[in-house]
Amino acid sequence: MPSDAPSAHAGALDPAQSAAVSAAIERLRDLPGALLPILHAVQAELGFVPPAAHEPIAAALNLSRADVHGVVTFYHDFRSAPPGEHVLKVCRAEACQAMGCAQLERHVEQRTGVAKLHGTTADGKLTVEPVYCLGNCALSPSVQLDGRVFGRVTPARLDALLAAAQRGAKGGRS
Amino acid sequence: MTVTVYVPRDSAALSMGADEVVDAIVKEAAARKQTVQLVRNGSRGMLWLEPLVEVQTDTGRVAYGPVTAADVPALFDAGFLNGGDHSLAHGPTEQIPYFAKQQRFTMCRVGVTDPLDLAAYEAHGGLEGLRKALAMAPAAIVEEVVASGLRGRGGAGFPAGIKWRTVLGAQADQKYVACNADEGDSGTFSDRMLMEGDPYCLLEGMAIAGLAVGATQGYVYLRSEYPDAQLMLSTAIARARAAGWLGDDVLGSGKAFDVHLRMGAGSYVCGEETAMLESLEGKRGVVRAKPPLPALVGLFGKPTVVNNVMTLAAVPRILADGGAAYAALGVGRSKGTLPFQLAGNLKHGGLVELPFGATLRTLLFEFGGGSASGRPLRAVQVGGPLGSYLPESQWDTPLDYEAFAAVGGLVGHGGIVAFDDTVDMRAQARYAMEFCAVESCGKCTPCRIGSTRGVEVIDKMRGKERDRQEALLRDLCTTLKDASLCAMGGLTPLPVLSALDHFAEDFAAD
Repeated sequence: MPSDAPSAHAGALDPAQSAAVSAAIERLRDLPGALLPILHAVQAELGFVPPAAHEPIAAALNLSRADVHGVVTFYHDFRSAPPGEHVLKVCRAEACQAMGCAQLERHVEQRTGVAKLHGTTADGKLTVEPVYCLGNCALSPSVQLDGRVFGRVTPARLDALLAAAQRGAKGGRS
Repeated sequence: MTVTVYVPRDSAALSMGADEVVDAIVKEAAARKQTVQLVRNGSRGMLWLEPLVEVQTDTGRVAYGPVTAADVPALFDAGFLNGGDHSLAHGPTEQIPYFAKQQRFTMCRVGVTDPLDLAAYEAHGGLEGLRKALAMAPAAIVEEVVASGLRGRGGAGFPAGIKWRTVLGAQADQKYVACNADEGDSGTFSDRMLMEGDPYCLLEGMAIAGLAVGATQGYVYLRSEYPDAQLMLSTAIARARAAGWLGDDVLGSGKAFDVHLRMGAGSYVCGEETAMLESLEGKRGVVRAKPPLPALVGLFGKPTVVNNVMTLAAVPRILADGGAAYAALGVGRSKGTLPFQLAGNLKHGGLVELPFGATLRTLLFEFGGGSASGRPLRAVQVGGPLGSYLPESQWDTPLDYEAFAAVGGLVGHGGIVAFDDTVDMRAQARYAMEFCAVESCGKCTPCRIGSTRGVEVIDKMRGKERDRQEALLRDLCTTLKDASLCAMGGLTPLPVLSALDHFAEDFAAD
């Protein structure tokens, strides 16, 4: 999706977001190389790094906003928009390919309507992301759902995992 | 009588339901009024048997696996707490051939002990190396590692002791030890298993490296895809500090060494050492030009030992047993052991630690048991996404750095990914270029642009265009190999060209 389109997330931080960003800055700003730890802390709290957080983080670390934007957009982990209630990461690296992850990818696309494993379902329930290796390569294919890894995932097992997640409480963000 | 039962907390075991198995055992034991002491160990590395439940009996630990929560009542019925027979029983764990035929050196405690139990760590040989190192001069520690012949286990295979010698000789007000735990290669998980199964071993290795080169600060750069390792390592660091063997006064020696854990953020190229240093400094993971070497100008501009998890984890026993004992293992210039990782389409995937020199065929069939699908194996990628695809004619190559280089491959971090005969090698070659395009740091043109052009050229390699495009692809690969700044672009041609050279039939015109 076009990242420069106006959206609800492009505006100023709401009070809760502002508090989370300030708390992360205050707690971590004195670490050597503090930017990644701060971004991780913000995303752990909010599920994403709001673009409006770039400015206060940059000011605290004596960086430019461009520096912060550059780092946020370099790393696959950092999101600039909120994820769905649950996050599914599907491994598409070689060991999983050898055990049929391509079929699993197609199944996920058909089931969720999310193309190329990048995006969130229309109802906002599920964000799908690709991942390149979860280190579970002897038990391929693997996925990570709300921070938890599952091995030997068949389309049927994946459906069961997703159904259980939707029935259960809101997932831990990852 | 209390029976000790081991259920791994390794994330591979968790991915197959180990926590549910624990819950079921607790519930069933309570219902039957039996007392069970549960130990959450690391994994023994026989991953197709996970969750592998072990029961402590008078004659040693006996294994059951793969156990699901649903199997637990039947295991109780079969008397598994006394080692009773059951269809999931495998007898004494350490007599299972897959395990018995290994030589566990670096991974000697993984799966054996509770990873966070400091007393168990010491009871199984932990801290012997650090205690020895504390009584030695820095240069003597370095020379012990030089004598061991230990080479960098991240993939490049550079002699660790020589690197340490450079850092020791550098003059600076601050030096660092940076551990590369960004284990991004598909098909590799030995770092993860060690960090989850024996985290103190890594910390001890880092402390010894710090003493050897005069560094007082260590950083572990851990990939964010490993949340379980993050939890184990951060807990281990806190406990090692509390126990007084990390911090200002290591084991009462008056010498300082502390370790900090930092998380990556999903970037493969940050496994390249200079990109990792940039990332640790809070920047984009963009590769630095060398020289200067990180040993002289590394983290925050200071002399830095950058070593992989497996390299540092081998160090405590090298110090404890002496460098010569390590150098006696292996072949040629590949000394010691390597924890190989069997992955992909294999019946018995897992971790196999052996001295260098075993053949790929031995690992694939004697240990791996052939394909998981039951179809013939066709291609094997060794050394991660930047490693070559080997056809059956090369499976008798001994696994050592030089022998693999001689057939145009690389041992890398020891990951072995097997594919059966349904594999489409054109698709694998295309994926190698696609992965390079996704993960390139963007600093140098051959990698940044060449990878995207590579995908396009492979897509066009059909019909009348086929031969002309193949010439272009080979030319492009030469450019990537010779002109890229780091191994990301420089080695991507290996999987591409090995697929093309050894599996040409998959690149037919139509």
